[in-house]
Amino acid sequence: MTSVNAPANRATAWESVIGLEVHVQLRTRSKLFSAAPTAFGAAPNTQASVVDLALPGVLPVLNAEALRLAVLFGVAVGGEVAPVCRFDRKNYFYPDLPKGYQVSQLDEPAVRGGRLAIDAEDGPRHIELTRAHLEEDAGKSLHDAYAGQTGIDLNRAGVPLLEVVSEPQLRTPAQAAAYFRALHTLVRYLGISDGNLNEGSMRCDANVSVRRPGAPLGERAEIKNLNSFRFLEKALRFEIDRQVETLEAGGVVRRQTLLYDSARNETRPMRGKELSDDYRYFPDPDLLPVEVTPAMLDEARAALPELPNAKRQRYASEFGMTDYDAGWLVADPHVASYFEAVVAACGKPKAAANWVMGEVAAALRRDERAIGDAPVPPAQLARIIARVADQTISGTAAKGLFETLWRQADATDAEAVDQLIDSQGLRQLSDVNALEALVREVVAANPGQVRQYRAGKAKMLGYFVGQVMKASRGKANPREVNSLLRKALAEP
Amino acid sequence: MVVEGIATLTAARDALAAKAVSAAELARHHLRRIAADRTGSFITVCEERALAEAKAADAAIAEDGQRGLLGVPIAHKDVFCTEGVRTTCASKMLEDFVAPYDATVVAKLKAAGAVLLGKTNMDEFAMGSSTETSHFGATRNPWDLGRVPGGSSGGSAAAVAAGLTPGATGTDTGGSVRHPAAFCGISGLKPTYGRVSRFGLVAFASSLDQGGPMARSVADLRILLRHMEGHDSRDSTSAPMRPTGSSGADKPLTIGVPSEYFEDLDSGIAAPLEEAARTFARLGHRLRAIALPHTAFAVPAYYVVASAEASTNLARFDGVRYGHRAQGVDSMEALYRQSRGEGFGVEVKRRILTGTYALSVGYYDAYYRQAQRVRRLIRQDFLDAFAEVDAILTPVTPCVAFPLGSSEVEGDPTTLYKQDAFTVPASLSGLPALSIPCGATRHPLPVGLQLIGPHFGEDRLLALGEAFQRETDWHLRTPPAVAT
Repeated sequence: MTSVNAPANRATAWESVIGLEVHVQLRTRSKLFSAAPTAFGAAPNTQASVVDLALPGVLPVLNAEALRLAVLFGVAVGGEVAPVCRFDRKNYFYPDLPKGYQVSQLDEPAVRGGRLAIDAEDGPRHIELTRAHLEEDAGKSLHDAYAGQTGIDLNRAGVPLLEVVSEPQLRTPAQAAAYFRALHTLVRYLGISDGNLNEGSMRCDANVSVRRPGAPLGERAEIKNLNSFRFLEKALRFEIDRQVETLEAGGVVRRQTLLYDSARNETRPMRGKELSDDYRYFPDPDLLPVEVTPAMLDEARAALPELPNAKRQRYASEFGMTDYDAGWLVADPHVASYFEAVVAACGKPKAAANWVMGEVAAALRRDERAIGDAPVPPAQLARIIARVADQTISGTAAKGLFETLWRQADATDAEAVDQLIDSQGLRQLSDVNALEALVREVVAANPGQVRQYRAGKAKMLGYFVGQVMKASRGKANPREVNSLLRKALAEP
Repeated sequence: MVVEGIATLTAARDALAAKAVSAAELARHHLRRIAADRTGSFITVCEERALAEAKAADAAIAEDGQRGLLGVPIAHKDVFCTEGVRTTCASKMLEDFVAPYDATVVAKLKAAGAVLLGKTNMDEFAMGSSTETSHFGATRNPWDLGRVPGGSSGGSAAAVAAGLTPGATGTDTGGSVRHPAAFCGISGLKPTYGRVSRFGLVAFASSLDQGGPMARSVADLRILLRHMEGHDSRDSTSAPMRPTGSSGADKPLTIGVPSEYFEDLDSGIAAPLEEAARTFARLGHRLRAIALPHTAFAVPAYYVVASAEASTNLARFDGVRYGHRAQGVDSMEALYRQSRGEGFGVEVKRRILTGTYALSVGYYDAYYRQAQRVRRLIRQDFLDAFAEVDAILTPVTPCVAFPLGSSEVEGDPTTLYKQDAFTVPASLSGLPALSIPCGATRHPLPVGLQLIGPHFGEDRLLALGEAFQRETDWHLRTPPAVAT
């Protein structure tokens, strides 16, 4: 029996300790040790070379680009990049592991230390990294594709991964999700991964234990293979509750590996994948140590783009933006660069932010598109913003114009905006004489409402504005109409 | 010139160049000898393919003359992958395996115009010193068909000695080129680790494996080596290097003689070695006693390192993608257990178990790490010695070829492991080492000498060997049992 408020009580009595291991698929054209391509979604076993298939006699050759990306990550998080990169074999048998071992890095990871800034509900903080090391992915076992048999797809075998391991410094599921998000943002800023969660480009294993505050660490469980921020958070919430319930019922938490079932929102023990717990790690004799030269480090430093935190601070100071808006815009590097392109073209950061976070985001969500192929490019949006600013069109007309441009994706230059304004007659009526005539008509036609207004019912102004807008078929400049109406209605 | 008179690879090449013989005649001659072979040197004979290659070689020779190895017959140890011809490693595990690619060594020799006669027998996965662990049966020594040819490249050594091919490839992890060369009375070279590409060479122990040439004379080795060596971008352990020269400088050198290699040496081996030392002195070289103090630890260190690497290199043979696959199994574990249980022979299993043990948690430090430390000490012994001497002279084997089956009688595999005592130190150190015949017992059974050189010192070793063979004729002697 659990009472309704039990979780709240628990939250104060127990502390959870979480550390994450995130496998980041590096964005290289070919695999970590072979020339086979890494593109997602190809027919099974069409992207596996003789090296990936582990035929007899084949040998690995390190992909220099993968090492470069790992070094770039190390520099970005302020970690210590190993001067010599060494590889080890992790031995275990599984049908989707063709060599019978995975090439990884045990004692000497490519990167040691470093830290990542996160922004959880309880405020910003830094989470220290333990390490980041290079390793190759395994293939995929297809247990459901053939009745009574298991299919093996080795397209993924040998795909380069950077395994980023955090210190166990995360205290809540929300912090863990914020960390995963921050890492996701960072790797895309660095361009070292496409960060595509649906395609498995980033997979997270979460280690979690609970303890009474101040007590030594509890026994931990590992939840494997979480590929969304939301699932990570939900899986951790479930597992923390499970551990607390177990301990409060007088039970013990066992060290185990779990899988999260998102359909049922529960974790459950994983069937033993490896046949052994002893991986018999040893240096891979097929791969000699590779030197990471000072020149490679310099190159990485020079290649560092403006990182999300710096960008966020700059948006706040340069554009006077709220921290929330700045955080929203920098979360995705493609969104940030779209936003910056709009600002560069129209010089209106506030309006640009409102548009990007409002209409653009909504349209992308609705059409399930990436901002990279938004049908309204920054130059067009900037022109729309400029035309609102110079009062050529109204805000309402601008939204309609945006929708039109979004749907007719063929015209992508800024001139198309002005052409549409003309061809659709969206130009705002700002001519004072014409507007005065309309205002006079409306005032004359509504004597009752005029009396009410003059009797002190100020809200009636909205009614008159609406009537003038209607009479102008929506083209009247609302600001002008407002001031003309006030003047007209004030006259006794 | 009649084909029968062509004893060496150099002679075969010269006869082709002089158009005294055709590549087709050479190929047919050797195929006939292989057909009548009683040593069991070959696992697979490529008759049709060899004849076709020879015909093409003759056309090319008629067009532009002989060059490289055009028209010269060779054989590959069955551990090198050959596109279209099965590569078995003398194991049931790979009985029907056909690689879709050529090993770099195979591709290079093919590009040089060599005619492939077939694939030679070996100890299973190159693990052994007698060529008795082959799934296809033991190879016999052409000097005495009741004796072993040494190993693991025993098929290649016996084939060269028996005149079945003028040259062959071998591989040497702990002595597998040098040991059978000595037992069969031919010449063999283990190059510096990194000189010859390992791509397509089915791995036994990656940090030690090295392909090498086997032939009658050192001059033949030089020709073969020049067409096997070279940096290979597909092998990360392949080294950039200066290619082997077409001839070596003949200048007076200091040759070290390490006392550790001569203690308790069988007199049948010691006497020819002493005579060889005198020959080198007569050639103008200086002999100097040296010490290689960690020699005694080489065999145990070697068996730990090599077995550890083998245990994971052979993990890929799991019955899932290729090779032997057990039938009628009902679980993944059973598929592994039975495929490997049925596919591997006793010695391979022994080494996998030994290596797995050496890498296990709790034993790693005591075995694998310790063996690597010993390995560094042995290497340092050599580096120190090469500060004073130009080459090192030692025996190759502690005894001459022993009778078939005698190594098993003991029931103790380490008896056979001691066969490698003189060859594994150079292997652990990555050094080049030459094995050439320098005498015979009264039986007669050949006795070999080993010359170890500094890293990438092949030219020097070959020059010493060539000079020695100008003074002696041990390399030209033909086994009585197979003389035709």
